[in-house]
Amino acid sequence: MKQALNKVSSIEEVDHLFFDGMTLMYGGFGGVGSPPTLIEAIKQKGVSQLKLIGNDTGFPHIGIGKIVSLGRVSHIITSHIGSNPIAGQLMTDGRLAVEFSPQGILAERIRAGGMGLPGILSDIAIDNDIVQKGKFFCEIGEKRYMVETALTADISIVYAKKADTFGNLIFDKSARNTNPLCAMAGDITIAEVEEIVPVGSLQAEEIITPGVFVDYIIQSEGVDWKWAWQ
Amino acid sequence: MGLAIETRNRMAKRAAAEIQSGMVVNLGIGIPSLVPNHLPRDFAVMFHAENGIIGMGPSPIHGEEDENLCNAGGFPVSLVAGGSYFDSALAFGMIRRGKVDLTILGSLQVSETGDLANWIVPGKKVPGMGGAMELAQKAKKVIVVMNQTDKHGQSKIVQKCSLPLTSTACVNMVITDMAVFLVEKNRGLVLHEVFKPHTIDEVLQLTDATVSLHDKIIFS
Repeated sequence: MKQALNKVSSIEEVDHLFFDGMTLMYGGFGGVGSPPTLIEAIKQKGVSQLKLIGNDTGFPHIGIGKIVSLGRVSHIITSHIGSNPIAGQLMTDGRLAVEFSPQGILAERIRAGGMGLPGILSDIAIDNDIVQKGKFFCEIGEKRYMVETALTADISIVYAKKADTFGNLIFDKSARNTNPLCAMAGDITIAEVEEIVPVGSLQAEEIITPGVFVDYIIQSEGVDWKWAWQ
Repeated sequence: MGLAIETRNRMAKRAAAEIQSGMVVNLGIGIPSLVPNHLPRDFAVMFHAENGIIGMGPSPIHGEEDENLCNAGGFPVSLVAGGSYFDSALAFGMIRRGKVDLTILGSLQVSETGDLANWIVPGKKVPGMGGAMELAQKAKKVIVVMNQTDKHGQSKIVQKCSLPLTSTACVNMVITDMAVFLVEKNRGLVLHEVFKPHTIDEVLQLTDATVSLHDKIIFS
């Protein structure tokens, strides 16, 4: 970590953090709120055999899809790959192992990881053969639950609207989505932000992710893809 | 989907009739996304999105889209007065806690006992469940809007789903391009409405499940 109150870094300064086989957690939902500059840097570095954790696989050329589509990912824990047909093809070909987790449970597993909890108890899809496979069960009162394990990652990459130099983050509308959760669950968290401001510029009441969860701050170069609806 | 826009709109309109003022509603992609077009103006409904919005409004006019304000399908939306943004964990907390009154979604198959199969076709189509398992299991009411038959002419309403399930015994109502069915606690699948020019016989012929007939079937 850089000095406590100034975590602002260049892409070159974080580039060494990415390695083959790393577990990479990424914020974003259908590409919205995924960090474009960091994704491009990881793509450029050419690391492979990545183990991803994230809501979905984006679109082929949007969000994390840019890395998935290149076949650089060996394993992913996600809730949805439908918007990226290349991910589906890789899975069918046996080149990408996909662990599907119900969307809200996935979010909660990431949150638990970030909160220092080993897992959560859930009744979502408890009678579903695919989802319950290999999981532990327990009873509380009369009700049956299964253990959904918490998720953390070597590196988390997130996207935010603003950061102060300590790494306090605020987000933009629905681009918040899984970002505050992923920010907490990385062993190292890198936040790409639209705007970096001095400490004290953000209202303490408006901060969504406290800077303690953020290790590096990168100035975003902006979205470099065309949105699916464009 | 292959259905004419008039048919899709008729299905959406019928689904819209199930929405009451004050409800919190989650809409799936496809025909369900047409539902808001059929609600009275200024109807007080809060539309919920899994990514983290409550109070979604219509798509902005072309050129005014905000890439950071999209629905769960990734398409641009707006926010109504009283709406808010939050993270995805909270969005699902709302669902699990029973704060979502109604979800309207598409499906591949629905069984006569209300089982829902809409997330995977093994070896063929692997979209993933997204938020469908939580919504199907925890929304107070689940309406499925789908074609009566698949592209091979096979009934999508079945005795028992052959595809992997999203959730069991969760569907309350099925609206197809031909008819409206309710899954009732004691009676199972009940035919309530038939869309003209279709007939009861036609509907039953294309429904591969045990169906009871409502006392007064409505032809609309």
